[in-house]
Amino acid sequence: MSVRFEKNAVGRMIPAEINGKPVIPFQGVGKYKPTGRKFAPKISTCAEFPLDGNKLVPTLKEALIKAGIKDGMTISTHHHFRNGDLIAVEIFKMAQEMGIKDLVWYPSASFPCQEPIIKQLKDGTIHHIEGSMNGALGRFTSLGKMKGVGVLRSHGGRYQAVQDGDIVIDIAVIASPTADPFGNANGVEGPSACGLLGFALADSQYADKVIVVTDNLIDFPCIPWQIHGNYVDYVVQMGQIGIPEKIVSGTTQITKSPDRLHIAEMTAQFCDEAGLIKDGFSFQAGAGGTALSIGVFFGEIMRKKGIKARFARGGSNKYLVDMLEEGLVEYILDGQTFDLDGVRSMKDNPRHVNTSPFTSYNYHGKGNFAGILDIVILGATEVDVNFNANVVTHSDGYLLHGIGGWQNCLFGKNVILPIPLFRDRIPVIRDEVTTICGPGELIDIIVTERGIAINPLRKDLIDKMKNSKLPIKTIHELKKEAERICGKPKATEFEEKIIAAIKWVDGTVIDVVKQVKI
Amino acid sequence: MSNKAVAGNKGDSIRSDCYVELELTKKDGIQIDLQSKVKTLFGDSIIDLCKRELKFFGIKNCKIKIEDFGALDYILAARIEAAIKQLIDTDKEYLLDLLPQNKYKTEKDRYRRSRLYLPGNTPKLALNAGIHKPDGIILDLEDSVAPAKKFEAAILVRNALRSVDFYGAERMVRINQIPKGLNDLEYIVSHNLNLILVPKCESSEQIKLVNEKIEEISKKKKVENPIYLMPIIESALGIIKAYEIATAAENVVALAIGLEDYTADLGTQRTKEGKETFFARCQIVNAAKAAGIQAIDSVFSDVSDMEALKQNVLESKSLGFDGMGCIHPRQIKIIHEYFAPDEKEIEKAKKIENAFHIATEKGLGVVSLGSKMIDPPVVKRAQRTIEQAIDTGKLKRSWRNDYVG
Repeated sequence: MSVRFEKNAVGRMIPAEINGKPVIPFQGVGKYKPTGRKFAPKISTCAEFPLDGNKLVPTLKEALIKAGIKDGMTISTHHHFRNGDLIAVEIFKMAQEMGIKDLVWYPSASFPCQEPIIKQLKDGTIHHIEGSMNGALGRFTSLGKMKGVGVLRSHGGRYQAVQDGDIVIDIAVIASPTADPFGNANGVEGPSACGLLGFALADSQYADKVIVVTDNLIDFPCIPWQIHGNYVDYVVQMGQIGIPEKIVSGTTQITKSPDRLHIAEMTAQFCDEAGLIKDGFSFQAGAGGTALSIGVFFGEIMRKKGIKARFARGGSNKYLVDMLEEGLVEYILDGQTFDLDGVRSMKDNPRHVNTSPFTSYNYHGKGNFAGILDIVILGATEVDVNFNANVVTHSDGYLLHGIGGWQNCLFGKNVILPIPLFRDRIPVIRDEVTTICGPGELIDIIVTERGIAINPLRKDLIDKMKNSKLPIKTIHELKKEAERICGKPKATEFEEKIIAAIKWVDGTVIDVVKQVKI
Repeated sequence: MSNKAVAGNKGDSIRSDCYVELELTKKDGIQIDLQSKVKTLFGDSIIDLCKRELKFFGIKNCKIKIEDFGALDYILAARIEAAIKQLIDTDKEYLLDLLPQNKYKTEKDRYRRSRLYLPGNTPKLALNAGIHKPDGIILDLEDSVAPAKKFEAAILVRNALRSVDFYGAERMVRINQIPKGLNDLEYIVSHNLNLILVPKCESSEQIKLVNEKIEEISKKKKVENPIYLMPIIESALGIIKAYEIATAAENVVALAIGLEDYTADLGTQRTKEGKETFFARCQIVNAAKAAGIQAIDSVFSDVSDMEALKQNVLESKSLGFDGMGCIHPRQIKIIHEYFAPDEKEIEKAKKIENAFHIATEKGLGVVSLGSKMIDPPVVKRAQRTIEQAIDTGKLKRSWRNDYVG
């Protein structure tokens, strides 16, 4: 069967259909504007639910059966439990026992703890994953072993896909650290506390059936009700839904690597010299060691200048919470909490606000706040000489990471990628990235330990940094230096088979990933 | 000789290195077994390098297994050479091109505030050392290299001198103690080396031996750039002989002190207050200054305590030291900042430099400040203070524009 391919706006060849569904190739940033009405969930009637509000079902399996689980359904989960999630694996084990086939798993992200799901991918219980395929799942997918084609979306794209009706969630299973029998739920209390449940918001609002699973059932009302019971069909109480020390780790630390600290320091200095760190500014702080230390360096600069940030976008952890409590940051708008300090702060501090992809990232919102951010710090596995960047595959072709909020954050005013020039001999700056996840026009600054490249589109920044002592170079100079050190890598070869599609924030396809050649 | 040899490092924490097992065989040609985390991208290039190198050493039949953890060419080549040279007797050296940007000389009296020690057999630490801008980078063949690894370290250090960009830092090697260290010189002298650290130095005789060997190699290999020496005094005897050592040769540019070994020699413990080493440190400073060279302090080993490092630097500077060793790149900035002149020193230097400037403009041969004549060395020191102040961001380069004397 021959599939028709079309070149998209960043020059990648995109097939006309994926998993039997038609595909719209990426048309450029902000170009694709669908019309009509958003997808709507089924009408429900409260008369069908117990008047006393008790929606408890004895077991998850029973709840899945009641929800009508059957072949070909789409089942969603969230990733607020990170590597401590016990529920996703459980769901698909049950489905396998029931002999159900061809499910689509729609997680907001996957983690190494979900590696056992490979069993259900192998035997056809799961047809494919739409979400992220990290680590072992990515390796499995890259080898062409998944039945269908994986679809990767950003956090915002996940919300958009639901609102477009591109994805219809049949059953949403929402692991909830605390819930009441009516289905109100939150992430701030209980042994599996994870802070918030924002990634499950779309699932609760749009899924046909919503199951809340908790290991901390309390009497109505569960306050705060981050998830409203009014959306919930069934509530299940279980012994344990997550492994606390893997959900939040007390060990998120700023990096000790002198090279990364150097990059972090250069990044902070760049922002300062470019005039980006000023009273009332805003920044997004990532969770990686380098991003964390950039936040700490920002703090030092702010203290010295006697200024405050209006808000910081989390992933929050101790470092950001300390800044909030010190008064350096007025608000944290948080997408996920990474440690117990984050959870505590979210629970107690009204200035530490839980957000969802709807408020922060949704393409079908009437605006979203990603674009309001002054400074956005992101990572990448590769960047090309046109500033296009890759976050999902490695240079050897393997799909190993998800997109997360990365694409959505590209809409910030100043997008900075602090990255090493090479990792274990592999140059990070390439002629062409293996997979395009974000178009270069949205990426402003690349900071490496050997030099900083400013996107030529940002003439204002180039101007501001004209007399800087920082090593400002062109992206071509950086690429040359990387290749001088590492040698020029051979082009990676792929099989013909497409194993995953990379969606842009608007639902169009920006690139595809092919099976690795071994 | 045996027909099997190994070189390099392997294990979970190993990066930018490789482990080579070589077995010479009688027939069947070259058989290469490559396991590499960068095989897709660099597999062909690694195999190619391996074949060229084996051919260079005249090896026609062998089994070679390379476990690669992202090693760069110069590292791979060094490991392969180290394995080969355990099995065949040869004077040949497999040299990669010397990076053009590494061909620089240094001045006898340049800054030597910070010198960063790198273990000679741990390649991953060397790649990025230069970006942290220490005044000097030391590839160490002495204490940081295990006895069994000395041979492969010398080859790796040689290759690093040729292939790693030092980004302008003074290119230094610490050799082993004399006489053993004399053998190290063969590997390093002809690769645009700037300075050799001579550890546990106890006599001018040792300096002479080093210089004789340098001269011999320089003649043979046509080395033209100057190679300076920094003896490290690490014993009670060395302290007594400090001045003799400092004046042993023209190319001795600095005298350093190593306090760990020195306190061991005294039979005492190193303390935070450092009373037990006060005499030795003063002796080094005095001997160095008497000889007209720089005095360099020991390393500060608690890499997590930056406040204590700062105090250490301030004390060191107050005793008259010009710099100190460091074992972590994060120490460099603190060392530079606190060895840098303080406000008073800068103000004084500005006055002198300004007087010099005016005298030069007027074509006067003599510089004077008020009623005092100023000697050229004083002007030079003032200029250096100004440079340091500019370098550490304490003074604008254009300071004279708004200078009111």
